[in-house]
Amino acid sequence: MTNSWTDIKNTDLVIIMGGNAAEAHPCGFKWVTEAKANRGAKLIVVDPRFTRSASVADLYAPIRQGTDIAFLLGVINHCIQNDKVQWDYVKAFTNAAYIVKDGFAFKDGLFTGYDEAKRDYDKSTWDYVIGLDGYAVVDDTLTNPRCVWNLLKDHVSVYTPDMVERICGTPKDKFLKVAEMIAECSSPTKVMTSMYALGWTQHSKGSQNIRAMAMLQLILGNIGMRGGGMNALRGHSNIQGLTDVGLMSNLLPGYLTLPIEKEVDLETYMSTRGFKPLRPNQMSYWQNYRKFFVSFQKAMWGPAATPENDFAYDWLPKLDLPGYDVLRAFELMNQGKMTGYMCQGFNPLLAAPNRKKLTDALSKLKYLVTMDPLDTETARFWENHGEYNEVDTAQIQTEVIQLPSTCFAEDEGSLTNSSRWLQWHWPGGTPPGEAKTDNWIMAQIHVRLKELYRREGGKFPDPIVNLDWAYADANEPTAEELAKEINGKALATVYDTADPTKVLAEAGKLVPGFAALRDDGSTSSGCWIYAGCFNENGNNMARRDTSDPDETGAYSKWAFSWPANRRILYNRASADLNGKAWDPSRKLIEWDGAKWAGYDVPDIAPTAKPRDVGPFIMNPEGVSRLFSRAMMRDGPFPAHYEPFESPVGNLVAPNVRGNPAARVFADDFKQFAEPASAEFPYAATSYRLTEHFHYWTKHVRVNAVLQPEFFVEISEELAAEKGITGGGWVRVWSKRGSIRAKAMVTKRIKPLICDGKPVHVVGIPLHWGFTGAARKGFGPNSLTPFVGDANIETPEYKAFLVNIEPIAGPVA
Amino acid sequence: MNMELSRRQFLGAAGAGVAATTLGALGFGDIEAAHAEAIRAFKLVSTTETRNTCPYCSVACGVILYSKGDRKKGEQAEIIHIEGDTDHPTNRGTLCPKGSALLDFVKSETRLKYPMIRKPGSDKFERVSWDEALDRIVRLMKDDRDANFVEKNKDGVTVNRWTTTGFLAASATTNETAWETYKVVRSTGMLVFDNQARV
Ligand code: SF4
Repeated sequence: MTNSWTDIKNTDLVIIMGGNAAEAHPCGFKWVTEAKANRGAKLIVVDPRFTRSASVADLYAPIRQGTDIAFLLGVINHCIQNDKVQWDYVKAFTNAAYIVKDGFAFKDGLFTGYDEAKRDYDKSTWDYVIGLDGYAVVDDTLTNPRCVWNLLKDHVSVYTPDMVERICGTPKDKFLKVAEMIAECSSPTKVMTSMYALGWTQHSKGSQNIRAMAMLQLILGNIGMRGGGMNALRGHSNIQGLTDVGLMSNLLPGYLTLPIEKEVDLETYMSTRGFKPLRPNQMSYWQNYRKFFVSFQKAMWGPAATPENDFAYDWLPKLDLPGYDVLRAFELMNQGKMTGYMCQGFNPLLAAPNRKKLTDALSKLKYLVTMDPLDTETARFWENHGEYNEVDTAQIQTEVIQLPSTCFAEDEGSLTNSSRWLQWHWPGGTPPGEAKTDNWIMAQIHVRLKELYRREGGKFPDPIVNLDWAYADANEPTAEELAKEINGKALATVYDTADPTKVLAEAGKLVPGFAALRDDGSTSSGCWIYAGCFNENGNNMARRDTSDPDETGAYSKWAFSWPANRRILYNRASADLNGKAWDPSRKLIEWDGAKWAGYDVPDIAPTAKPRDVGPFIMNPEGVSRLFSRAMMRDGPFPAHYEPFESPVGNLVAPNVRGNPAARVFADDFKQFAEPASAEFPYAATSYRLTEHFHYWTKHVRVNAVLQPEFFVEISEELAAEKGITGGGWVRVWSKRGSIRAKAMVTKRIKPLICDGKPVHVVGIPLHWGFTGAARKGFGPNSLTPFVGDANIETPEYKAFLVNIEPIAGPVA
Repeated sequence: MNMELSRRQFLGAAGAGVAATTLGALGFGDIEAAHAEAIRAFKLVSTTETRNTCPYCSVACGVILYSKGDRKKGEQAEIIHIEGDTDHPTNRGTLCPKGSALLDFVKSETRLKYPMIRKPGSDKFERVSWDEALDRIVRLMKDDRDANFVEKNKDGVTVNRWTTTGFLAASATTNETAWETYKVVRSTGMLVFDNQARV
């Protein structure tokens, strides 16, 4: 989230699209209720299903899953056509005025530079014209036809209300009502918040769904504002943290990136990470990249990372591919190219797509290790459970080692919620049996592996035997020790660069925040964006002061919010060019003539003059991007692409199938149903129920009682057409698998009319498997296609094709 | 710490402290006070309270664990009740149908208690000691790493990567565990490394 759960009370308009907060994030949704009750805020819900969020909305608009971009670009088009733009914000705080290179164009659904064989773009024209002074060329009058604003205007012009209705199945009058309500928020004193979750990410163009809304929010001037922002509700309790700490194939902690193999040494690596400002005076905060990188290397390898060895640069593995995400992992496994796999609190047999492929892949491993508090399906993938897990156990040669770990109630440490709050928790219970903490388990793996390398030698032991492991008990680092290491330490005394007589941190002390980090090896920090979480003031994540001056919803003394305890990102943009709040009733920080001050930690240098330095300090332009240059694989603007399995063809680009830049493995393409397939005519989607959390709560008695049994949801119209009765049994199948379920016939789902043709939606909740207290059942992943988002490989769980028929139930 | 009188402290005062303070302050005589003291104490008064957060969704509601026994004193501690933390700014004491049933997660019958190994082709898990399980894991890891670690690519560039064993990290472990996991996994040169952000 750019903002926080408690900030939602400050909004005028909530749009829930790509999520269902009332059911999936119930106690956060109360802040929507608060805004409605206390300030008359309105709620819009756009969803294929009439969810519980929709049931309390002021306006509900149905949409066909996988068409959000057409809808959102339609809203942007509406705002541009009707002059509903916060012009001062757009001109000063976005790249609307920047001139784009001449070669760049969008034609027949493709941007310039497409290579069909590689399913990738040559992105060299997706950039600004750079002037002789080395800065991007801008036209503040917005008259140059090549400026971002005019290119955008042209790009969205095809998404008229009629076109939106044809693509999305949203009736034109409903769409126009939504667009009008949103457009109101172009006033500097009206603010909308966007609440979204996996309903937007789990698409082959998930990242662009989110970009489309971010662009709309910029055009309305809602980023950086109290009650505004882009608010990713996120799924699991610490998925924000796991991502911040960089547990992904291509990341280092704090959104630094792992070197690729072309980057042969530290200097080459740094040469593309200089982030020279693209406009005069801009902060371009990533200019500090080297400080964060070197401090990370020091946290990894301590005294063994030296200036002489490029701070152990060679000890990081170098990538030969863009990434080894979970989809690629299972692809490699299925090709027989992997030996071992370790799953820590993750149940991929139910969580990754195309279950049959997953079982085949796991069966080809030599070893599988699972660490979990619960008995997962993944750990038992080799066990035959009839139709729920039809495997030939004796044929599966994988050795499986299942390790019991503690759960939250027996463990200590911090989790980062979607508000970016790092909250500390303490253990209250003794673990069952011999269950151990993950800290102990991971330490055992390291200590024992290191011992083997010391004793036997072997391939390149250096990064293992030199890993900094100076914990009081090498067998189990404590949460506090690790938190201090994440925060960072001064290894030598650190002085203020502006005033060398001023000490920022004495040698051996914890650094106060990331401004004290250095690139000469004199500081360490595991994850720079978390610096400040545990410093000489103590454990800031454990703070429990509920004070909130003037009730802004900031709660600045509760826990720690990254970065730098800032509660609202881009808060400089809450004030106009002169540093005065756009809306005095929403004051966050203001310029007092000498510095920025207010309710929040300024997201700008405290003394940066308002007209000199732009609010988007992480970008070398200092402004936000309506045109994202070459930052995304599938285009600098979002464009409407159908899901890989779609009930209709692409109306605006008939020759393009799916997202043209999404990675698809050869064998998987053969397993996609054709667009508008007669064999698989229904548009399926997956979701959570309010009584369950993923595949965990089926182990919990109360929840297993509340929702004991797998079912699929269909409309009364489809039920009548197929002769299916409520509570009767159905078979649902896709090109990849078949499942059996009870049918729930509901008014919550209605057929959509897309380009004159009815489209039926089949809803598939995701909580059942073959272990736990609930009845055995299936998950949507028995059916879903093996393809992910073009940028970050989130599987396309929200839009795929199935067929359905009534069947006789099992004999009772 | 500059803390307001919290909602919970207030509720606490109105509960356990009732005989000693409120009644006396209201001017009740000894008889009423003795009567109040004879009433059975609130069940949770004898438990240890521990602050925690709900491990499910990323609203991260504050919860309080009530246990018999105190881990801080080195005692066995059995959690007997879990409820919402009324001081927490986000949830203010409320919990949803998932958070309300957390006690049954802690005590689930399918919680794992012992390390297990399933041998190739076998149809069952067999209990092993932690030492056996961990030594087996690092043996398998090292054999694979030594066989398949790539020090230089075909152009002779140092790449130091290992792609034949992979690690899937969780979604609900602490940041501290995440950091430790990062160190342990990355130091081996492993590239097949991901978390649950996408699902
Ligand atoms: S109680 Fe419900 S809303 Fe709160 S964190 Fe847990 S799952 Fe989320």
